[in-house]
Amino acid sequence: MWHRSEPASGHASTPGIEAPRAAVSAHSGARVGLALLARLRSLLALVVLMAVFSRFSAVYLTWGNLVIMTQHVAVRAVLATGMTFVILTAGIDLSVGAIAGLSGVIAGYLLTQGLSVSGHLFFLPAAAVIVIAIATGAFVGSVNGIVITLLRIPDFIVTLGMLYVARGAALLITGGSSFIGLGGTPGHGNTGFDYVGTARWFHLPVQIFVMILVGALGAFTASRTIFGRHVYAVGGNVRAAITAGIRVRRIKIAVYALSGACAGIAGIMLASELSAADPTAATNYELGAIAAVVLGGTSLFGGQGSVTGSIAGAFVIGFLNDGLVLANVSEFWQMIATGLVIVVAVGIDEFQRLGSARLTARRRLRATRPWREGG
Amino acid sequence: MLGRGARRGEVRADRPSSSSRTPAGDLAPDRIAIEAVNVTKAYGAVLALDQVDFRAYAGEVNVLLGENGAGKSTLMRILAGEAVPDSGHVALAGRPVRFRSPRDARQHGVAIIHQELSLFPALTVAANIFAGHEHARAGLLDDRRHRALAAEILAHLDERIDPATPVDALAIGQQQVVEIAKALAHDARVVIMDEPTSALSNAEVDALFAVVRGLIRSDVAVVYISHRMDEIFRIANRLVVLRDGRRVAAAPARDVDMDWITEAMLGSHERAALEHMNAARDRRPDRAPDDLLEVTHLSLASADATRLLLNNVSFRLAPGEVLGVYGLLGAGKTELAESIAGLRPGASGAVRIGGAALPASVPTRIAAGIAFVPEDRQRQALIPTASVSDNMVLSSLARVAAGGVVSPRRQDLLTAEMISDLSIRIGSAAQPILSLSGGNQQKVVIARALLTNPKLLILDEPTRGIDVGAKAEIFRIMRRLAEDGLAILFVSSELPEITAVADRILVLSRGEVVGMFDAATAAEADVVRASVHVAPV
Repeated sequence: MWHRSEPASGHASTPGIEAPRAAVSAHSGARVGLALLARLRSLLALVVLMAVFSRFSAVYLTWGNLVIMTQHVAVRAVLATGMTFVILTAGIDLSVGAIAGLSGVIAGYLLTQGLSVSGHLFFLPAAAVIVIAIATGAFVGSVNGIVITLLRIPDFIVTLGMLYVARGAALLITGGSSFIGLGGTPGHGNTGFDYVGTARWFHLPVQIFVMILVGALGAFTASRTIFGRHVYAVGGNVRAAITAGIRVRRIKIAVYALSGACAGIAGIMLASELSAADPTAATNYELGAIAAVVLGGTSLFGGQGSVTGSIAGAFVIGFLNDGLVLANVSEFWQMIATGLVIVVAVGIDEFQRLGSARLTARRRLRATRPWREGG
Repeated sequence: MLGRGARRGEVRADRPSSSSRTPAGDLAPDRIAIEAVNVTKAYGAVLALDQVDFRAYAGEVNVLLGENGAGKSTLMRILAGEAVPDSGHVALAGRPVRFRSPRDARQHGVAIIHQELSLFPALTVAANIFAGHEHARAGLLDDRRHRALAAEILAHLDERIDPATPVDALAIGQQQVVEIAKALAHDARVVIMDEPTSALSNAEVDALFAVVRGLIRSDVAVVYISHRMDEIFRIANRLVVLRDGRRVAAAPARDVDMDWITEAMLGSHERAALEHMNAARDRRPDRAPDDLLEVTHLSLASADATRLLLNNVSFRLAPGEVLGVYGLLGAGKTELAESIAGLRPGASGAVRIGGAALPASVPTRIAAGIAFVPEDRQRQALIPTASVSDNMVLSSLARVAAGGVVSPRRQDLLTAEMISDLSIRIGSAAQPILSLSGGNQQKVVIARALLTNPKLLILDEPTRGIDVGAKAEIFRIMRRLAEDGLAILFVSSELPEITAVADRILVLSRGEVVGMFDAATAAEADVVRASVHVAPV
């Protein structure tokens, strides 16, 4: 992974080693524990959630229910994976829900209406349709990135605008209704689109495997590739990234393209599951994705966070919502609970970060002024 | 408010007669507007001020001089209530005071004008002048009164600025005048100005000086900090020189000359330490004949295109040579370094390495062998959220990766090598970069530059904010790298450092090359004199 700043308290105090040596103290054990707790916060929250809801609902902890809830999480987790890259660069992408809707509609159009080339109607195979739908997402995302970097319009504004444009385009293509029956016709040679949303591998929905694949690829890209390092650097300090020779514009365009591609994948997952392309699909999903990323410990200021954290965050939100449904809590209370969990979880994180920063500063001071405080 | 000052100003329009001076050249004690008495202030292990006495007299421009790190800003901040002295105190008109905050100081009539102006760009001049203590009528803002009062103050300053103009429509020099007007609206008796001319054109400087003269006519005490000798002689009534946190000299401006200032600022203390490095330096008699870097006709306009930050700069640099770039603040040193590093795409002229002209893009220039260590470590170099190791390999990730995938093992090997090579003192390469001292942070940034396998290393003020021991180490590293054949461009505003390390010294003033000296034979006073030369407009 991106070498996260480890608590340095584990090191033996060698002469000549500076500041962190001061951290060696009776508190160091507790500090390591706290830091670990902060990193595993989402997982911990998940365990607590599951323990609580298992008391309200007998089915909550059954295998069947866990699989269903995980399937529900899959789409949000895929969106959150792409969103993580954007937020790591200190950006934001409000258009992913709309892009997911547009990609689904593009797939639906190609499958049900076909392509008319000089009077002939062509139907592409399902695999090609899927590739085109994902490419559409990546293209729309890169338009976001290009407008943000080249025209220097704030990311919030550009992606907010794209939210409306992409949603409008999707409605325009369908004329306001949905494309239904995406299973394809054998005569057209385009069957199989609904496989992603309905088939099972090893008794598990394929969507879960899509989530695992996208999440694993995302986590690897963020933590182990040159591109990933550049993403963290751009978010950590953009001026330093420029000085270090990183092509910042390219990185920014790439993260929005990546986020758009993930939205395309999410759009296919949704359309495939229902075998219908609804132009209003995934409305407001961008907010859920941002919530998952933030809950997963990624800083909105950029440079800090992880894809695995975001996926854990998606699980927390999903399992909380489904748990509340099973516990027969009204939908309105679900929204209130989700909101509170996000704010409280991030609040705890910020509080803890601030506290440890202050602690470090105080220790450094003590280390440099032995005559004042007796070393 | 203004009336009182102006009246008193009438009475003593000129300088006080010599009869009111004490034998030491000091004025009568009742003329002291503000003073720091035996003030000491430490930041961590660094003693910024060591038992300093400073007096600013009413109706005079009291100039505070000193090199970077001499303690000028700390003293200024203590006078303005932004910092509290560890011992000693501040006295206003002879009475000891203890400012709780800058606001408190303002209420006592002490205003400070920082280099970075604290104006609200979207608000009008009048709104800025009265921001925070607005006049109201029936609970509503009395804008008419604001405008009238603002106009009165500005007229007093001889400035034709409409109080209804938004501040961001003004030139920087005029914005500075608005800051001064703001101070006067607070009834300031002491106005502290920190490098007020560093971003101004010549004409703006003249206008500002007219305003400053107006201030002293109103019997305000002006505390003025600047690096520009030529300006100091135009405006100063009185000079105080700080060096290494101590007051080393003070005199009326009319009694001193450039040599006096140079001697007071540089001293013999720090020079002794550097001299010994100078002696140890192995000057290369057989300098490689082929130049590595060739800069021709490099020019760069300011962002608002009103003046040239660099004007037709040309020079050559050979492998194994250390070229020092010296100049005052605003001379264009950093702009030169950044243009060569590819950070200023607007620069015209050519930068050649080994004969080939290079496009102005940082990655291309790094690939061509130019590595750059910027002046402002925190803002331009460090990724605060990343570890020491990740900061170090940032510019050379391709060296530790295969097919775009980084190998942590190879990264660890490479950073470990660099850490021992530059003797960076850390516990682990995975620790946060911000947990290191300034000196070790700087070494990490230098390591990042060296890992790109450069032919030319540009160091912009590499010793800023680091302690004396780390400075000496960085100089040793520089000499060693030069002996290994690296060309080094060493930008610094500290002349003793340059003369100790460089082979040649290029002197800039207002963006132009005004001198090229051989470091072995140049006299420091000559270099300083060249640097204050004002290029003909």
